[in-house]
Amino acid sequence: MLFFSFFKTLVDHEVTIELKNDLKITGILKSVDQFLNIKLDEIRVVEEGKYPHLSAVKNVFIRGSVVRYVHLPANAVDTALLEDATRREAANVAGKAR
Amino acid sequence: MVETDSASAISEPLDLVRLSLDEHVFVKLRGDRELRGRLHAYDSHCNLVLGDVEETIYIVSEDEDDDSVQTIKKNSEMLFVRGDSVVLISPTAES
Repeated sequence: MLFFSFFKTLVDHEVTIELKNDLKITGILKSVDQFLNIKLDEIRVVEEGKYPHLSAVKNVFIRGSVVRYVHLPANAVDTALLEDATRREAANVAGKAR
Repeated sequence: MVETDSASAISEPLDLVRLSLDEHVFVKLRGDRELRGRLHAYDSHCNLVLGDVEETIYIVSEDEDDDSVQTIKKNSEMLFVRGDSVVLISPTAES
């Protein structure tokens, strides 16, 4: 649930998603669900010449499982808050396992 | 089972990762990729958020006679990594 909540805080920010097939897509993060499926608006493909197939597409739904990386805007991420939330989540998971 | 202080004790493998929060880590990924950066978040799937990341991609020549390896380095300020690509996470000293 940690990363689901984290991505919800990044809605309306510009991100670049790198897929497992090396395709990189930049766009505005519009929504995310519990599987970390992602909807992007106003997309453009990085290295358009290499991957011209999507040049007419404006928005996409990306299945979470095909994502390798999401490049994030560093100024939109509160790292101290994120580390606290991670510790809380880890304690939560450990509590449930016992 | 002896009750331990869950905030600091190591009882499961991911606790090692927890102790690396806000520290420099080395991450090996599927597809001949490695990352070095500061760990800001993780979960039980090994999804990660890393800051000031250097990615190294190893490209092994297809040619059987030629066993040279080409490397590509890329940098990223803030990076989310999906856990299903992660092979290992190791604490490192900053280089």
